[in-house]
Amino acid sequence: MAEALQHDIVIVGGGGAGLRAVIAAAEAYPGLDIAMVSKVYPMRSHTVSAEGGAAGVIKPNDTLDEHAFDTISGADWLADQDAVELFVREAPRELVQLEHWGCPWSREPDGSVAVRPFGGMKNERTWFAADKTGFHMLHALFQTSLQHTQVKRYDEWFATRLLVEDGRCQGVVAIELRTGQLRAILGKAVIMCTGGGGRIFPFTTNAAIKTGDGLGMAYLAGVPLKDLEFVQYHPTGLPGTGILITEAARGEGGILVNNKGQRYLADYNLGTPLDVGDQRHPQLRSMELGPRDRLSQAFMHEQEKGNVFEGPYGTYVHLDVRHLGENKIDSKIPFVRELAKNYAGIDPVHQPIPVRPVVHYMMGGISTNISAETVLPGLYAAGECACVSINGANRLGSNSLTELLVFGAIAGRNAAEWARSHPGLNRAALERQADVEQQRIAHDLINKHGGTERIATIRTELQLAMESGAGIYRTQSSLQATADKVAELKQRYANITLDDHSLSFNTELTSALELEFMLHIAEALTHSALQRKESRGSHQRTDFPQRDDQHYLRHSLAHHTDAAPRIDYADVAITSWPPGERVYGRAEEPARTPPAAHSGS
Amino acid sequence: MPDTITLELFRYHPDRDERPRFQAYEVPFREDWVVLDALNYLKDRVDGSLTYRWSCRMGVCGSCGMMVNGYPKLTCAAFLRDYLPGPIRVEPLSGFPVERDMVVVLDDFMQKLSSVKPWIIRETAAETMASGEYRQTPAQLAAFKQYSMCINCMLCYAACPVYQHEEQFVGPAVLALAQRYNLDSRDQGNSQRYPVVWADDGIWDCTFVGECSAVCPKHVDPAGAIQQAKIQSTVGFMRSLLPFGNR
Repeated sequence: MAEALQHDIVIVGGGGAGLRAVIAAAEAYPGLDIAMVSKVYPMRSHTVSAEGGAAGVIKPNDTLDEHAFDTISGADWLADQDAVELFVREAPRELVQLEHWGCPWSREPDGSVAVRPFGGMKNERTWFAADKTGFHMLHALFQTSLQHTQVKRYDEWFATRLLVEDGRCQGVVAIELRTGQLRAILGKAVIMCTGGGGRIFPFTTNAAIKTGDGLGMAYLAGVPLKDLEFVQYHPTGLPGTGILITEAARGEGGILVNNKGQRYLADYNLGTPLDVGDQRHPQLRSMELGPRDRLSQAFMHEQEKGNVFEGPYGTYVHLDVRHLGENKIDSKIPFVRELAKNYAGIDPVHQPIPVRPVVHYMMGGISTNISAETVLPGLYAAGECACVSINGANRLGSNSLTELLVFGAIAGRNAAEWARSHPGLNRAALERQADVEQQRIAHDLINKHGGTERIATIRTELQLAMESGAGIYRTQSSLQATADKVAELKQRYANITLDDHSLSFNTELTSALELEFMLHIAEALTHSALQRKESRGSHQRTDFPQRDDQHYLRHSLAHHTDAAPRIDYADVAITSWPPGERVYGRAEEPARTPPAAHSGS
Repeated sequence: MPDTITLELFRYHPDRDERPRFQAYEVPFREDWVVLDALNYLKDRVDGSLTYRWSCRMGVCGSCGMMVNGYPKLTCAAFLRDYLPGPIRVEPLSGFPVERDMVVVLDDFMQKLSSVKPWIIRETAAETMASGEYRQTPAQLAAFKQYSMCINCMLCYAACPVYQHEEQFVGPAVLALAQRYNLDSRDQGNSQRYPVVWADDGIWDCTFVGECSAVCPKHVDPAGAIQQAKIQSTVGFMRSLLPFGNR
């Protein structure tokens, strides 16, 4: 194999978290040699698809305490409160930083940044750039990163394995797509910023690249995956394609209506509908601005009652924004109109949008602490692939874009510190490991002949098994059936066949490597869900319908073994907000244990 | 409606093929399928060696640009139904070296992207975060917003007759990006971008054919940006002749 490439820090993933980490590390120590390894050009990363906005307290009517409480109650108390407190405190600064870097935030007439309401929020605090917030954030971050010339980008390099030696993470092995060459890319610290793995489900808002590679790499290197059973279904995806219609459509006043013409959310303890002409509509933390898990669950009940429309791509309800009028639609949610026209064939100015719940986000991920460190020294993680956890059992809309900034920056700074104080790399041993990896990929995939299983067949069967057994509502038997199916598919994976045995830009090879990661995380997810015998947030067990704080106010940790995953548990950090009932659509006072250990704004 | 439609795909493998060839495939015709769906169908079921880029399938990541019947398109937004009865010829973006099949080399584009310093430049020391956001009125935002919508899909380069013959030309998307920062009220870096923007390979190479704006899937209007920059450059030059005219 060719000689190893060497840097101080290796950042895997070029989306929002990875770019924020790159800039933070470069600013902390301009002399640092930083590598960014990404399987796509950074501006193609899935951050680009985020629409609605990024949460951060900036207006005088809002407080850090309220952002924290909304996040914690939204999380069904599974979030670590020390992490949430750090997150809400850092959020405004990070969003202002993005503003200074050129992000074209939408504005108030006086030139200050505008905010909009989002689901599960007591106050308006979502910063937005029309309804292409992720796109603008990603491009602002990428373009800003270009001025740091000490950053060596490995664009279209696919990382396949973490390199661990002497108990420390010291780099990755990666394939350069253009040539097919496999190289060790060494670093004293590695940051995983590879996003989630929504593609293990058949119907998802996630882009094709969201195959959970980083989760798989960390998991196989012995790092536990935390709270993986918590999968967010966004209530409003387009049937068929799964393309996201942003929550901002409801933040601006859009309503959800069933086939009887009813605003059915009123039947699910989410409040009382106000007329769309009422000045007080939409009401915060109420009805259409309830949290995503509850809205997606309400859809399932409506489906059971027969209150949904039937279409060629399954059932759906209507998201109606017509009352907003063409001007508001074009100024606040123009992308919604473009997407609905292109991919649903309707113009939301004149017709309601067909929508149904769709897999959107993984609350779980590579287990980290609030310093973005994993249990593997030298390995950090941030963004959707990480689980700190601030999202617990259900993430609030618009917290994820802010999260990738806050924890991307923390990961970048801390990895830079680590790299400076841990200079040694065991180069010879790492190159030997990379050789083994090269032989594995050549033997098992590129040069393999005689297999019979097509990648797409296994992938499709995996996705259908996840949907049928590990979807919005789950039971012991549905999850067990999925676990059995995933185990079978892992066996069959050993017998896959490739049409493409060449080196140059072999995307069939990368699909095979992605599928392997997908199978691992699907297995970890399913077993984590089997073990959690309660219902909390997005994890709903019809055989255990109640939340069970006594046994399960704990994070699950899935460890890779040669057999089924081993699941153990870790405590949730509770600082100021003891577990309580999640109340939406009616008045509540957050219970809070005085005295305040931190400051509100 | 037909049951199937024929795709004629550009095939080229650098290790095997001396020259490109076209290969015809029949795919199911579905009313709501885009060209990308047909490619994915083929890749998954028929020929796993077919090579192309894609990701978001919703017109925002910019990966899946190709020539569809000779016209640059995002294949995630090119519906089969608009090409009936077929065949549909799919090729890599025109004007770029081909890596393999529909995959083109982006090196030149990426280098040009950096060359215009596409980031906020402040002459004065940057304000601290504690002083809050820069104020920018909706009108100031509107002055550059359109040029900030570029997804780097490079369809405009494939459509640009100048770039097809002069690869040194900085090109539509990158010149629009320079204009995006030059027009941003928060930026003070215009003079640092002029050497690239005003150079012979910059705005003056543009013959204002306007194809770039016609093919742009995000209505960025690079041709308009270049025209605007030409006017500013002339005004800037005239000012520079006046004593104290240059701020």
